[in-house]
Amino acid sequence: MSRQNPLPVTIYTPDSAIASPARMFRDMIHDLRMSRELSWRLAVRDISAQYRQTALGFLWALVLPLANTAVWVFLSVSGILAVGATDLPYPVFVLIGAMLWAVFMEAVAAPLQGALAARDLLAKINFPREAIVISGIYQVLFNASIKLAILLAVLAVFGIVPDWTIVFVPLGVASLILAGTAIGLLLTPIGLLYTDIGKGLPVLMQFLMYLTPVVYPLRGEGTLSTLLLLNPLTPLIETTRAWLTGAAPEWLLYFLVTNCLAIVLLLGVWIAYRLAMPIIIERMSS
Amino acid sequence: MNDTLIKVEGVSKRFCRSLKKSLWYGTQDLCNEIVGRRHGRQGQLRDDEFWALKDVGFDLRRGECLGLIGRNGAGKTTLLRLLNGLIKPDSGRIEIRGRVGALIALGAGFNPILTGRENIQINASVLGLSKREIDEKIGQIIEFSEIEEFLDMPVQSYSSGMAVRLGFTVAVSFEPDIMLVDEVLAVGDSSFQRKCFDRIFHLQRRGTSFIIVSHNPYQIERLCQKAAVVHRGRLSPLTGGKEAIARYHDLMQQELAPSTTAAVSSREGTHELVFDRLFFENGDGQATDILHCTRPARLTADFHVTRPINNVRIRFEICSADNVVVLNLTANGLTESRQFEGKHRIAFSMEPLRLTSGWYYVNAIAVDTNIRLDTWNRAAEFRVLLQDNDAMLLTSDCGVFVCDGRWEIE
Repeated sequence: MSRQNPLPVTIYTPDSAIASPARMFRDMIHDLRMSRELSWRLAVRDISAQYRQTALGFLWALVLPLANTAVWVFLSVSGILAVGATDLPYPVFVLIGAMLWAVFMEAVAAPLQGALAARDLLAKINFPREAIVISGIYQVLFNASIKLAILLAVLAVFGIVPDWTIVFVPLGVASLILAGTAIGLLLTPIGLLYTDIGKGLPVLMQFLMYLTPVVYPLRGEGTLSTLLLLNPLTPLIETTRAWLTGAAPEWLLYFLVTNCLAIVLLLGVWIAYRLAMPIIIERMSS
Repeated sequence: MNDTLIKVEGVSKRFCRSLKKSLWYGTQDLCNEIVGRRHGRQGQLRDDEFWALKDVGFDLRRGECLGLIGRNGAGKTTLLRLLNGLIKPDSGRIEIRGRVGALIALGAGFNPILTGRENIQINASVLGLSKREIDEKIGQIIEFSEIEEFLDMPVQSYSSGMAVRLGFTVAVSFEPDIMLVDEVLAVGDSSFQRKCFDRIFHLQRRGTSFIIVSHNPYQIERLCQKAAVVHRGRLSPLTGGKEAIARYHDLMQQELAPSTTAAVSSREGTHELVFDRLFFENGDGQATDILHCTRPARLTADFHVTRPINNVRIRFEICSADNVVVLNLTANGLTESRQFEGKHRIAFSMEPLRLTSGWYYVNAIAVDTNIRLDTWNRAAEFRVLLQDNDAMLLTSDCGVFVCDGRWEIE
């Protein structure tokens, strides 16, 4: 405690923080810096606690995408569904899609899940609320790297040798996490108030998956194809898949546009999240 | 050293009784906040809302310690949460200078699967300590917590006392400018408690200001220079600890007692003598159940007998809220020598009453040598109120009876 330095002054009033944007942005940067260390610790805490209590450990990161892959390979091989021709062997195509989709899905779920798990902490201790979101991103990244490692191994088994474009794959995964986090964070404030969001999210994600070329390739025409083309997630999945397998990405511009949109959205929902937290916390514990 | 660290002006906070409505209001507030509208509108209540805090204001300077007392749900914790910036005020303004620490949720965020050591690091990080500070302090924290041998065990195998102790240790390990303490000083055994007190005194000497919520009058008196009662969302003026405790006791007694009475009023006996009515009158001769320590009071009982009786003994017991007989008023000498027939009235005048503030009840008892004629438990109840100009604050906390006597000193 240094008496020489002037003490930081904090003022709480009923005024909305957004009414004085300059101060709000300063606070945002400050809190972001403050939460660097904390979010890392929280992520390490959650990851180590998670794996200390399971027998399968890291393999849990793979269960959902593997199960998804198995189902679609079975449906396709048994001829129940005709998914159309793919440039890659179908199991590889589905596995890549399912893995990337799982990364996106985890990123969407992470902010709400993290905030719900930290309810007690949020309600009682004042710490930078960004830490929870960032800690969630760390965990998604951790799981994503496990998935990528497995994916590369499977590609090798199928004799697909990645091109130099593989260096861009982390960028593709990062874009998926970016978009996922923006959507997830958008839902977090309301999701903390109403449990409907948490319950409805998996259903919604299921639908969204079928509107994205995850388990089947893009086709030339039809309503479905139009929907797929309009879906901003399509370029993310497609481009990343192309980078992984050494194919030429067709959607590069669209990919960049989506990323810009995601960044703008994330900034917006970050502000909303900050504004919302005191109000949500008040309702959460009442 | 005289700088003000906390300045609270006219702060109010609404809460909602119904969960469904509360969630809906939350959504509304959220939208208002995002479009930049002021929180709490013009300060009117919506349907099903009430003021959890209303027009609270006070200043606290460096090194001062403010004790808050009040019943559960009076708004104490809400005030701490506002000061901690967890929730937004609906009106008013809070100005805080310096780093705020909180002894509120001890061990919140502890992960049961991780070890004590890991949890110390995480908890300290949540409380805002940097990695360097944690590395510097961890030895000190471990030593203070006295649970070194369990440190590498998962926290789920700790006793709840140990977990809270660990939380306390982490929370007091750094030296904030302001420390908010919510009812946590009852942790651990007495030797650990003494350490906690010593730590608080140490921080106070270093210039940390405290706000302490406690139900324990001893703690308030010992730790706080100033204290205030929070009652139904309002804060009494800041006074000394003793005065605030007196005020609190007075409130407690006035509020709590009546709800428990009806059920326990009972009577037994042969009913050859029956008390019909029992009441108090004030100095002006008006029947009332509100009396004052320094003013006259008169206890009157109407009774009748079903057959002529002599050898009756009548007495009244005045009992305090904790069922202790504090006065036994016997009329033996007067009634034993008399024959009773039909209806009678007996009265006892106390000039003044001399009972300290609080809630009391009266048992009326009539016996004929060894036979119980009528025992009427809780025949009447009354309250003694603190007077506004009461310099001595005569509450039952400092004795129930003010004796009239004469001192001599040689």
